[in-house]
Amino acid sequence: MLDSRFAKIGIFLAAAVAVERIAVLSGAGYLLTQLTMSAYYTLVALGLSLLMGYAGQISLGHAGFFAIGGYTSAALTTWDLSARHAEPVVAALSRAGVLVARAGAFGGDVLVVHPWPAFLCAVALSAAVAFLVGIPVLKLRGHYLAMATLGVGTILSSIAVGTAALGAADGISGVPPFDLVPGLLRVAGNAPVRIVNYYVAFGLLAAAMLLLSNLVWSRVGRALRAIHGAEDAASAMGVDVARYKLGTFVLSAVLAAVAGSLLTHFNAGIGPSEVSIMKSVRYVAIVAVGGMGSLWGAMAASLSLNFLSLRGYFGSLDDAVFGGILIAVMLFSPGGILSLDVRGAILALLRRVRPPRAPAPEPEDEAAAGDGVGVLGKEAGEEGR
Amino acid sequence: MALLEVSGISKRFGGVAAVQDVSFRVEPGMIKAIIGPNGAGKTTLFNLVSGFVPPDKGSVRLGGESIQGRRPHEVAARGLTRTFQHIKLFAGMTALENVMVGRHLRARSGFLSGMLHLPWARREDAAVRERAVEVMDLLGIAALAPLEATALSYGQQRAVELARALASDPRIVLLDEPAAGLNMRETRELAKLVSKIRDRGVTVLLVEHDMSLVMGISDEVLVLSYGEKIAEAAPREVQSDPEVVRIYLGDDGC
Repeated sequence: MLDSRFAKIGIFLAAAVAVERIAVLSGAGYLLTQLTMSAYYTLVALGLSLLMGYAGQISLGHAGFFAIGGYTSAALTTWDLSARHAEPVVAALSRAGVLVARAGAFGGDVLVVHPWPAFLCAVALSAAVAFLVGIPVLKLRGHYLAMATLGVGTILSSIAVGTAALGAADGISGVPPFDLVPGLLRVAGNAPVRIVNYYVAFGLLAAAMLLLSNLVWSRVGRALRAIHGAEDAASAMGVDVARYKLGTFVLSAVLAAVAGSLLTHFNAGIGPSEVSIMKSVRYVAIVAVGGMGSLWGAMAASLSLNFLSLRGYFGSLDDAVFGGILIAVMLFSPGGILSLDVRGAILALLRRVRPPRAPAPEPEDEAAAGDGVGVLGKEAGEEGR
Repeated sequence: MALLEVSGISKRFGGVAAVQDVSFRVEPGMIKAIIGPNGAGKTTLFNLVSGFVPPDKGSVRLGGESIQGRRPHEVAARGLTRTFQHIKLFAGMTALENVMVGRHLRARSGFLSGMLHLPWARREDAAVRERAVEVMDLLGIAALAPLEATALSYGQQRAVELARALASDPRIVLLDEPAAGLNMRETRELAKLVSKIRDRGVTVLLVEHDMSLVMGISDEVLVLSYGEKIAEAAPREVQSDPEVVRIYLGDDGC
């Protein structure tokens, strides 16, 4: 069981290396930038896939948690504290290395929070917000939960647009690079570190995939699938349903914040489009395409769709494409693309094109052809087994 | 001391008094049955005891400790598990995984240890699996372990649900109409299983329609009608109680 998990992640990493080599050697190294960004967005999708597919809870506010990560990092690493350097708290933080001086955009030194403590604050804040919001909101189910999380997303979006300190409609720019390991791993968007950044993002994605696949096949994962399957029965078996839902919600918010923080350093800034409701809908659409309860499906859908979107293939219809995809998936394959019964569909087509000579009924194939349709979210994937 | 002690419990749904001032005790090691016509309040009584529905009045004590107002998972943690009248197995999981969830309370690995796949969490999970297989073996359904639980036959699903309720080694298990939908042969097998469970030290409280099952294995029978207790005695005495006979046979001959 574990071996297959490692094998899949090994194959994934090998594929990532192959893509990087091919892109660089064929002179298309610039593509790595969009791939890196896609990888960060995929981190959000993985967390949401765990929440939607395994715990059976929807969130239409996940762009908000991504943005809490991004905006916190951006704000802390750009707000200049040099005018207040004499204040005891600022001075103490400065001595402790939490604050660093660097050259400002307009000349002269600025005193800002180091990216590492900023990153930790970003993740902690996102987790705290998810925790506090999750306690009341996760008591709701179905449509009600969707609407409540939509409300959360709307509030966070308004805060981002309406707060001058967060750059209002312009967002925050001039976010410095993030030296994860000084001199070795730098998260920044400039061309010389493009390949390193690609590997940071995909390495993180592989690590998240390993952790989440482990979780899915652990005691907690079983409890989550049980909640999804029959909530009453799960609680009768001693599963603290509220606690596990909340834990999953917080975990997915943490993944979103990690992605938000790092992508903000990579892009050297963040704007309010990252916290818009359409972004949240997009994450949900991606998870639906990948198949609820399929981490690998969500990853494949997220990497490919985000890459196409970032490369501009959907043009100005970008949001419309994701809306359309969501409708199509719900209509034709609620279990995700991977659950489509391609073989059954082809067999059915063949039978129609060339009917069998003997009128031999084939009840088994009939049953298989009907498999594609299922209740939303009930088609738990076989991933990682 | 009674293992389960219910006193003066009442519950109204709108204008309907589903359960009215019902008191009873379940002694350790006994099989106690609750019978009564449809709508007598049997399932409501189960829901009140297991924490699914809060009572309006009255108290529930398990092993001397009040469990009133506790949520179902907290009641389960104190050693009371249950099955459901309408089988509620976890869809998309194998029979073994269903029973392993039943063992949830006896393990403690959480989000972090699960994600990191820590050695102690792995060992713990192996023990959970082992114990789940043992319980299935005890009920004679070990062969079903790798099969999708919701695809099993009705009788098999009942057995898996029973195994799931027993997997946490509860002090008392509540069975809500365990024979519903079973044929005569399956019902006889179920009776043997219930006796076997009791012999292994688990107290049983069951709600049942099937008289043959109830009379054959119960130590005590409680009769409910329109939410009220009308009799509580050994099976033989209950059978000859004129009031009980009237309820079951007299009015409409069912």
